[in-house]
Amino acid sequence: MDPQKYWRQIPARYRLEAYKCKNCGKVFFPKRLICDNCKSREFVKAEHSDKGKLLTYTVIRTGPADFQDQTPYVIGVVESENGARLTAQIADVEPENVAIGMKLRMAFRKINKTGDAGVIMYGYKAVPEFE
Amino acid sequence: MREVAIIGVGMTEFGELWDKSLRDLLVESSLKAMDDAKVDAVDAIYVGAMSSGLFDNQEHLASIAADYLGMVGVPATRCESACISGSLAFKGAFLDVASGYSDIVLVTGVEKMTDVSGDKAVAGLSTAADDEFEGYNGVTFPGLYAMIANAHMKKYGTTRRQLSLVAVKNHANALKNPNAQFRMKVTPEAVEGSVMIADPLHILDCSPITDGAASVVVAPLELAKEKFAHHKIVKVIGLGHATGTIALHSREDITELDAVVKAGERAYKMAGLGPDDIDFAELHDCFTIAEICELEALGFCAKGEGGLMTERGETLPDGKIPINISGGLKAKGHPVGATGVSQIIELVEQIRGDAGDRQLKKADIGLAQNLGGSGGSSIVTILKGLGSRV
Repeated sequence: MDPQKYWRQIPARYRLEAYKCKNCGKVFFPKRLICDNCKSREFVKAEHSDKGKLLTYTVIRTGPADFQDQTPYVIGVVESENGARLTAQIADVEPENVAIGMKLRMAFRKINKTGDAGVIMYGYKAVPEFE
Repeated sequence: MREVAIIGVGMTEFGELWDKSLRDLLVESSLKAMDDAKVDAVDAIYVGAMSSGLFDNQEHLASIAADYLGMVGVPATRCESACISGSLAFKGAFLDVASGYSDIVLVTGVEKMTDVSGDKAVAGLSTAADDEFEGYNGVTFPGLYAMIANAHMKKYGTTRRQLSLVAVKNHANALKNPNAQFRMKVTPEAVEGSVMIADPLHILDCSPITDGAASVVVAPLELAKEKFAHHKIVKVIGLGHATGTIALHSREDITELDAVVKAGERAYKMAGLGPDDIDFAELHDCFTIAEICELEALGFCAKGEGGLMTERGETLPDGKIPINISGGLKAKGHPVGATGVSQIIELVEQIRGDAGDRQLKKADIGLAQNLGGSGGSSIVTILKGLGSRV
């Protein structure tokens, strides 16, 4: 793991910091320097809504080498209530109970560990939202 | 712009080629294409390779190509756009010749993937996705296409059996291709009984890790007619190139490969043709679901009906439009940088009437479609035999 690369992503991965285009209001996660909708270059920090729904998913049975010990795990595309989308693991649910359209909430979790020392890498996962 | 023709083709066999190095593959394939064209020198070289740095610890392939082909001094360019690197090199050569800057240009796509462990090869391939926002969270390439498949099944009712039929067809086609990596028949039951990689995709839905290289030589059409008419002349009539978002989650419609739609529209426009004019096509079936989405994106069927079209047998060698008569990436193999060029070679061999046991009856106009990553880039090429009906 390269610390500078990891640290740079902390606002996005730990705090789900999203950015809203000042001109047209489109919300981006992660942040961008130019809006793909209206070409404006001015943004304001916005909270990434932590509630959303599952657009599609899969169960990873054969993972990348550093995720193999976590298999099987569910990963999916989550659309938040403010329209921003991300790819995240779907945790705290058995694969057979996952369904497209299910309501989710974003949570701060351990993603992986790296290197000989097993340094822990954190980030977001989505968990079922019960009403 | 000058019109451009393909005057020579050549490729290595595709497979796990333990005794051949990256540069062996690059040179063997290039020489075969130059011999086929009957040229012993070229004005420029374009090399397509996705990740020789990660697979072989070797970049700067342009220089290796010129050096080991005995052509030090010739300008050489290496092109990268993940899995469309080969087609991108072809586009570079096409523009070089069309513009009048060069006359005879060699294109070689190459990838040597088995000099590293399977884990490292997979990690190298993963760099075609969004590393910081997909890879970090544990997504894999089969996983990305599995998410496309699940969304497609939910939205259009595409079935697990329809996915299997893509693999069954392409494996059957590869039986007749001496260069194919997997010349073995598979049944739908075998696909569905093979190990699950990322639901709903089994290992027999996935293209393999492959070593190989593929080359073509291009020249201005007028020069080809004058000096290189020893083969039926094959003309480039359409070439469309487009990008899509790097991350799958940014795609407005996860079931649509919009880069393929745009590249296809541009290629059709340039050729003055539509999907109904295409006799046969090579599509980028890195995963079975990809071929289904591409049938739709290129207008060979309506949106959502790619699975149905496959089930009806319309993509079989004797169907409405034969797809992946070479065996496709699925069975012919997928040496990433070589794939796009090898698709073009299949078109040329079919159009010339040189495709041996897998020769199609009607092969005047062929289309090749190459796809990068989970849909982040695509190139569509349309070729026509000179003297063909259009």
